[in-house]
Amino acid sequence: MKLHEYQSKTIFSKYGIPIPKGRVAATAHEARQIAEELGGRVVIKSQVLVGGRGKAGGVKLAKDPAEAEQFATQILGMEIKGLPVRKVLVDEASAIEQEIYFAITNDRAAKKPVMIASAAGGIDIEEVAAKTPEKIVKLHIDPLLGLREYQARDVAVAIDLPREQMKDFVKIAMGLWEVYKATDATLAEINPLVITKDKKLVALDGKMMIDDSALFRHPELNEMRDTDEDAPAEIEARKYGLSFIKLDGDIGCMVNGAGLAMTSMDVIKLFGGEPANFLDVGGGAPADKVAAAMRIILTDPNVKAVLFNIFGGITRCDEVARGILTAMDEVKPKVPMVVRLVGTNAEEGRKLLENANMITAETLADAAKKSVEAARQGK
Amino acid sequence: MSILVDKNTRLIVQGITGNEGLFHTTQMFAYGTNIVGGVTPGKGGEWVLEGKVPVFDSVKTAREATDANATIIFVPARFAPDAMFEAADAGIPLIICITEGVAVQDMMRVRNYLDQKKVRLIGPNCPGLLTPGEAKVGIIPGNIAIPGNVGVVSRSGTLTYEVLYAMKNLGMGATTCVGIGGDPVNGTNFLDVLEMFEHDPMTEKVIMIGEIGGNEEEKAAQYIADKMTKPVAAFIAGQTAPPGKRMGHAGAIIEGGAGTAADKIKALETAGVKVAKHPEEIPTLL
Repeated sequence: MKLHEYQSKTIFSKYGIPIPKGRVAATAHEARQIAEELGGRVVIKSQVLVGGRGKAGGVKLAKDPAEAEQFATQILGMEIKGLPVRKVLVDEASAIEQEIYFAITNDRAAKKPVMIASAAGGIDIEEVAAKTPEKIVKLHIDPLLGLREYQARDVAVAIDLPREQMKDFVKIAMGLWEVYKATDATLAEINPLVITKDKKLVALDGKMMIDDSALFRHPELNEMRDTDEDAPAEIEARKYGLSFIKLDGDIGCMVNGAGLAMTSMDVIKLFGGEPANFLDVGGGAPADKVAAAMRIILTDPNVKAVLFNIFGGITRCDEVARGILTAMDEVKPKVPMVVRLVGTNAEEGRKLLENANMITAETLADAAKKSVEAARQGK
Repeated sequence: MSILVDKNTRLIVQGITGNEGLFHTTQMFAYGTNIVGGVTPGKGGEWVLEGKVPVFDSVKTAREATDANATIIFVPARFAPDAMFEAADAGIPLIICITEGVAVQDMMRVRNYLDQKKVRLIGPNCPGLLTPGEAKVGIIPGNIAIPGNVGVVSRSGTLTYEVLYAMKNLGMGATTCVGIGGDPVNGTNFLDVLEMFEHDPMTEKVIMIGEIGGNEEEKAAQYIADKMTKPVAAFIAGQTAPPGKRMGHAGAIIEGGAGTAADKIKALETAGVKVAKHPEEIPTLL
């Protein structure tokens, strides 16, 4: 789960990381009020969960409250990479001397958290990483020991941080480690961490991603979830504990198991079709869950055929067949359905579906071919 | 011969009285797995499976009473890290964790602790192990695989069943099937298992089933090119997966342009591995 900049920075601040004065606004009028309170120049920053906001015109410097209102009006009407801007952050403007990149994230290959820093921070950090990787410093953290202060000092030295900022940097590093740990973050990033003209370190921007598997112990973070970037069907699927991702093709897929679901998509493509979604109904897959999955697939008007590929292990094919029948009764689908049931109780499942007017298949390849064919005829 | 588990494995089940734990204990027992006990805190002294399997309050007491040398974990995700620490501290050298949805930071702590103790972990979020005809330690349906000379290693669950089933239909059997799990931080990776298969005299060929995300397949390809003498066939799931979207498994995600199926397939083919276009084709490549 991604957090917005304003949410991330609020969390940073709780752990002693200095952030600019400012607040979030949902209307241009509010933005003006905040600018008046802050006095002086302010930055109006769109709050959307994608990168490249500045380059898209979603971040603007305003010289007075009137201009703040004007820019907020513009930005609040924007869409950035398809996402509507619903909120802006109004921050006091900083006089910047240097921009630093600083983050803690998971290194899955090393099985350890890693601290990443660079003296060449700012919006072009990805280019820096690609073209001059030697400017990026990485240091692993022992997850059992936690971040030690000497490690933060080592990183400061490695990025040539001015000695007078060393103490503040160590405090910020320890703070960010606490943020990362306390929130089960998979990424806690400050970019840029700036040195201001008056020699202070400030986290000008913040980005956090939270481990979905850890949300059970962070209900307060779960409430911060912004579902704007998810398709409505994906939100609906989450309610039923289904793993669903919408794609652009015309063959709906319902499969048990994530690996097999991905594979079913691949095999459809291999035989010249295009999958309309990824959908893992999960292990067990009781009838009501199967019915919900089918409703979600069929709400997509692009779907011209549906492929059911169920390999029964824990999942029982007869249970899935009952779910399919329930859903068909309810939704009355008009598109052809191809079904392949293998494994636990497959025979019983097939018998249940005998009169359901479905196309049956023996192998995955056969099922994919038949669904591609069915989708073509449906056009 | 086989790797990791066989008929001499003395297995305990953590979470044995839970719904899933009990269901799969019944299945594993029926398969012939040597289950010597189970653990559910607060239920020590009870018996399950009609008095055939004793339940203990802790892994420590279970190990002392049964001399178990492997444990399988079926407890919910929020308790699974503790269950793994407990097993390691009780001196169990092999832990198989089936549980899905363990938090990543928990797994980093578990993995680093277990490495210090030299404990082998399979999973989490995995279907476990199957040595056909000898031991089923996990949730892979026993009837879809037969004994043979092919080692199978996979990041996926049902996709593995698909491959085992296709193998069986061709009369091809497995030495051991290892499900290493679909999480970004797990206990055992492809490279570890390939090394075990390379050294197992009964394993003559290997099937490897990977998916998008991470770079373990690439590391495995390097090992195959440098060290492996046995032929390997592979399949990589997720060729049509869009970047940035997590495809069910927490570990199956293309991040920053890395971990794509195309990269993995290229690395494997360069290492001389035959890569199948669809899973049913894999056994025919060996």
